[in-house]
Amino acid sequence: MRAAHYCQECGKVQPPAPVDYFSFFGLPPKLNLDTAQLERDFYALSRKLHPDINAKAHSREQEWSLEKTSQLNDAYRTLKDPILRTEYLLRLEGVHLEEQSKAATDAARQSGTAKKQVVPPDLLEEVFELNLQLEELRMDKKMGESDPALEQELQNAKRSLTTKQSAMLEELTAAWNQWDAIVERTSNGESVLESERASARDRLLAILNRRTYIRNLLREVDEVLEK
Amino acid sequence: MSTERIIGIDLGTTNSLVAYMEDDRPVVIPGEDGSNLVPSVVALDEGDQIIVGNGARKYLIETPERAVYSVKRLMGRGVEDVQDELKLFPFRLADDLAAGEVLRIKLGNKTYTPPEVSAFILRQLKRNAERYFGGPVTKAVITVPAYFNDAQRQATKDAGRIAGLDVLRLVNEPTAASLAYGLDKKETATVAVYDLGGGTFDISILKLHEGIFEVIATNGDTHLGGDDIDNLLIAIALDDIQGDLGLDVRRSGEAVQTIRKAVIDAKIALSSNDQTTLDIELPGGKRYQRTITREQYEQLIRPVVDRTVGPVRQAMKDAGLTPQQIDEAVLVGGSTRIPLVRKLVEDQFQRTPHADLNPDEVVALGAAVQADILSGGSEATKEMLLLDVTPLSLGIESLGGGVVKIIHRNSTIPESATEHFTTGVEGQTSVAIHVVQGERELAKDCRSLARFDLKGIPPMPAGLPRIEVKFLLDANGILHVSAREARSGKEAEIEVQPSYGLTDEQVEGMILESFDYAEEDFAQRQVIEARNEGDTIMAALEKGRKSPAWQQLTSRERADIGKLEDALKAVMPHQDYQAIRSAIDALNQATMHLAELMMDSAVTSALKGKTMETADVGEGPASPHPIAKAEIKS
Repeated sequence: MRAAHYCQECGKVQPPAPVDYFSFFGLPPKLNLDTAQLERDFYALSRKLHPDINAKAHSREQEWSLEKTSQLNDAYRTLKDPILRTEYLLRLEGVHLEEQSKAATDAARQSGTAKKQVVPPDLLEEVFELNLQLEELRMDKKMGESDPALEQELQNAKRSLTTKQSAMLEELTAAWNQWDAIVERTSNGESVLESERASARDRLLAILNRRTYIRNLLREVDEVLEK
Repeated sequence: MSTERIIGIDLGTTNSLVAYMEDDRPVVIPGEDGSNLVPSVVALDEGDQIIVGNGARKYLIETPERAVYSVKRLMGRGVEDVQDELKLFPFRLADDLAAGEVLRIKLGNKTYTPPEVSAFILRQLKRNAERYFGGPVTKAVITVPAYFNDAQRQATKDAGRIAGLDVLRLVNEPTAASLAYGLDKKETATVAVYDLGGGTFDISILKLHEGIFEVIATNGDTHLGGDDIDNLLIAIALDDIQGDLGLDVRRSGEAVQTIRKAVIDAKIALSSNDQTTLDIELPGGKRYQRTITREQYEQLIRPVVDRTVGPVRQAMKDAGLTPQQIDEAVLVGGSTRIPLVRKLVEDQFQRTPHADLNPDEVVALGAAVQADILSGGSEATKEMLLLDVTPLSLGIESLGGGVVKIIHRNSTIPESATEHFTTGVEGQTSVAIHVVQGERELAKDCRSLARFDLKGIPPMPAGLPRIEVKFLLDANGILHVSAREARSGKEAEIEVQPSYGLTDEQVEGMILESFDYAEEDFAQRQVIEARNEGDTIMAALEKGRKSPAWQQLTSRERADIGKLEDALKAVMPHQDYQAIRSAIDALNQATMHLAELMMDSAVTSALKGKTMETADVGEGPASPHPIAKAEIKS
């Protein structure tokens, strides 16, 4: 059920209510989502809720319009992006993702404390090697020396990571399907074990963590290469 | 007033314009001199009267200490931000400015803040619109560079308030331009708007879809424009003059302004000619002459023009688009007349850019379209809706001077974010929050927007209070903050110290001061209008004297008319408009019979009771639409 955003009779904006982004669009909390339809809904709701449309309304309705449009924009921005959407769903499920953020990385670097992060097991070897190379190139650059062979190796590592990054979207889709099936069964009144739910959730989280990990690595490689 | 008019204003670095949606087309409203552009120049004459526009330009050369231009560069900025501009522009700042204080500019022996100077320009535009409509105007949409930060936007809104305008919306300039371009187009397209004006550069990427104008990404530089090209050419001329003629005229405001005018003319000429000659007469009679070819010129200005490439690439990257995915590129701003700029846009987007609408006017026209949308829309605009973004990320300074981003750049506005804060010490009753805007990782490298003190937190052990702070960027891109303590539900008190803005009290004070100007203006306008009317009736009378009807009057009537005419002539040079008006009324009464006699006998009966003036038998300077007689209710 979509929240009542405006009066069906007179078109007036209704007071904002705290709802999650899926409900805001009248969607079930599923991760497979028709983004073209989402865009159409976003445009249609904008035409009713936007402050420009309600510029001549009562001042209270103007406030609601501002509030509701900011909710709409936030919901649309989050749901249209596959990663943000998945992160948002996990947050709704009570999972915190902060450890992998850039801010956390920087804070850890500044304070010298080890960051709470697990290297994805299949990447262990590659990351170990890469970190050595990065350190070496950093030293080289500090001394003003160049090492084309090493730079080439880093470029190769970068390419391999980028490929892994793009493959991730497929893995993510598979995990989405697993999650959506659970939501579907729940809404059909079937019983779902909490352990099933948890495993689907953990799978999503693992993919996101892996993705963030690779993204941070890529950023580090870029930083060193560009210096 | 039956309908409430909302005007659209382009408050530009070099020129400003006001436009209005007439039926289904936006039109620019000309000033009294018939010109669409009001130069953004403000001067204070010897009688301490403010002069705006073309009239103020001569002061730039004759008494530069009494005039200011390009004030937009100073909007929303602190003294430490403008050191670069001070080297290049003849801004004279007040001597007693403290760091963090709003700038004040010297004009003669007075000082004004940038919003006040901008308000003088806005008031002129408001007046032009009132003259056009013959009625008061109090509501406006004003355009700002897309890349303007919160402080610059707030300063623009303050300027509007000081000028007596209720600013209903600040619209980003490139977005406004796309509205003007998109009027007849209903199809789906991805458009890049490249807007290089006198002092600012913006690039916006938009998606057009059935009347929805959705900005996907925007970028820019609020200190890059035609001014920079002028300054470069001035610097070269000054070096040349010193080298060739052994004259250092850098300190002579008059000489520098003469050179400035000459290089601007040369710049304009080089947009259509292959070469031009600078020919400047310097104080003391020496002459500086130099021929510049288009090739030399392009080589000189390339570094300036190339500064637009970075923002263009970033905007494309943020939009996630390649040049092939852009359907149309649109040119906006006077500086896009430069062939080198056009070539750069062509290279970047791999297509010939559109420049069908006058690049000086298109932003004002778009502002008029947005004004029409806000007033409820017309047939032409009823399907149109603008969805704009914030150009800069909003963040909070974290421990250690880092920035935690809470709203990312290119987020559609309005947009809000809620953050939670707590106390670090037992019994702490206030928390300080520093809000910054920008993309850099350290707070000191970003733009400081404001410092908030959350006060009135109930004393509790450290870490226990949960203060929920809501940051809302409204549809103008301006930040609003509210806070409450979640445990007690109590609204927390927020004390805002804008980093570079005027406080509400200061703005109120300026509005009060501006009433004096408004009254002066009003009286002055009344005098001018009364005199015009006096001229009209006397011209009509002159014509009447030559007509046979004059002989049909009694000698007594003729004598009375003569006496009243002399009386009118006597009061006309005075400032008392009421005296002029009564003299006009008296003369009108006395000439009523003459007016009737002059009419064709067939229509005489129909025109009974008409006066000389309304019978329109004169040839005086009657004011046909669009410059109707102003009828202002104060």
